[in-house]
Amino acid sequence: MSGLKLEIDKVGRVFPGAGGRTATVALQPTTLSVGANDFITILGPSGCGKSTLLRIVAGLDRQNEGEVRLDGRAVTGPGRDRGMVFQSYTLFPWLTVEENIAFGLKESGVSATERAKIVASYVEKVGLKGFERHWPKQLSGGMQQRTAIARALANDPEILLLDEPFGALDNQTRALMQELLLGIWERERKTVLFVTHDIEESLFLASRVLVMTARPGRIKSDIAVDLPYPRTYKIKTTAAFVALKERLTEEIRAEAIKADAQ
Amino acid sequence: MFRPLEPIGPGARAALGLAFFAAFVAVWAFATLGGYVSPTFLADPLTMVEQGRLLLVKHNFILDIGMTIWRVVGGFVLAAVVAVPLGILMGAFKPIEALFEPFVSFARYLPASAFIPLLILWAGIGELEKLLVIFIGSFFQLVLMVAISVGGTRRDLVEAAYTLGSSDGGIVGRVLIPANAPEIAETLRLVLGWAWTYVIVAELIGSSSGIGHMIVDSQALLNTGQIIFGIIVIGLIGLISDFLFKAANRALFPWRFA
Repeated sequence: MSGLKLEIDKVGRVFPGAGGRTATVALQPTTLSVGANDFITILGPSGCGKSTLLRIVAGLDRQNEGEVRLDGRAVTGPGRDRGMVFQSYTLFPWLTVEENIAFGLKESGVSATERAKIVASYVEKVGLKGFERHWPKQLSGGMQQRTAIARALANDPEILLLDEPFGALDNQTRALMQELLLGIWERERKTVLFVTHDIEESLFLASRVLVMTARPGRIKSDIAVDLPYPRTYKIKTTAAFVALKERLTEEIRAEAIKADAQ
Repeated sequence: MFRPLEPIGPGARAALGLAFFAAFVAVWAFATLGGYVSPTFLADPLTMVEQGRLLLVKHNFILDIGMTIWRVVGGFVLAAVVAVPLGILMGAFKPIEALFEPFVSFARYLPASAFIPLLILWAGIGELEKLLVIFIGSFFQLVLMVAISVGGTRRDLVEAAYTLGSSDGGIVGRVLIPANAPEIAETLRLVLGWAWTYVIVAELIGSSSGIGHMIVDSQALLNTGQIIFGIIVIGLIGLISDFLFKAANRALFPWRFA
């Protein structure tokens, strides 16, 4: 950990009630500091405001109070310094795999030769060699999300934001994708903020897990995951991993019961 | 055989499609050649073919066909050149939509054929009047349908582009337009079909050339064979233009058909 990358300073979000209904507090004022090269997962039950927090960091949603700062500069809207991978498949269907990966580079005016070099290296990293000319609809869900990760990383963002990126994938594919993402992070050491409701996923990937409460959301606990990198799927059965998983299970269960009762 | 949504083979599909054409002509031939319908009201298929041949060989009907196609394409291209960009802007920018949408929705219901007397007053019975009829008939439909397609662009694609560094202009040019290009092409195909109706109406009312003009002339001569031939020619041209549009879509938007 070297220095501060992202500061979330008392950021809160209220969705105004339409047509006389009461306003919904999606996110209570939340404060969080993310160190450079951290891999942070935000774990919480659905509807806890974890996606709202991520979207505010991305600049896709506006907070009602507080401030988000990236490298000391306030975030006012979306930008290429914060790459994002969504849960839904958001590849541009009219572009091939390599054109999708090149999209951000093209927007910022990177030359064609430079683009081709960067695209080829990310096609390699996410294991899509041979599929460069395929259209998104010809790809499986896992391949689409690998392309989406490559597309976000090709832009060389300061921070990578992932909003339940593997939520729609089957269990086996999801496990493989987690290893792939972790492998890339271990080599490139990007700062990552990863939202999920999957306990095992949050532990396997993160150096730090933040547990959020049921709506109105706030950060309930901040747990350091002191398992050494590089990690393989084998750590999922170690005593330390299982102990952490048990602890998180208890915390999340309490929140899920509260969320369900609302 | 009649299980809902059960697909059928391409051979059976073609055979059934042709069979209905054959049945249609057979009923027509039976009614006319069998003497059940007076030839004054409805020519038989053989007379129709013979009259069509005469039209083409002796009366330069091919020039009329060319004239009509030119009018449709001319009026339609003029409408599309203005309507498509305006529709894209309306779909993309809500203030522009708020400004134009109520008026366009109203104007869309004004029947183009009702404008013909007025347009003849303004522009005479020359080519300009024909082009204006088609322009009015297709412009408002095009604007509205394009605006709806563009306005319905998947929001998550727009958001993804923003996080990749797109500017507002980049969103329009590199997300909204390519994402909706196939729908816009489909809208053009559909509205071109309607433009065909308007051109014939315009030619029926005041014209010295074109398929519609030939049809009115033939009515005066009670030549139902020629009228039917003219109608069939319009149908065939429609079929061909549809086919060309579909082929162009396949070539232009391979990602849709992969």
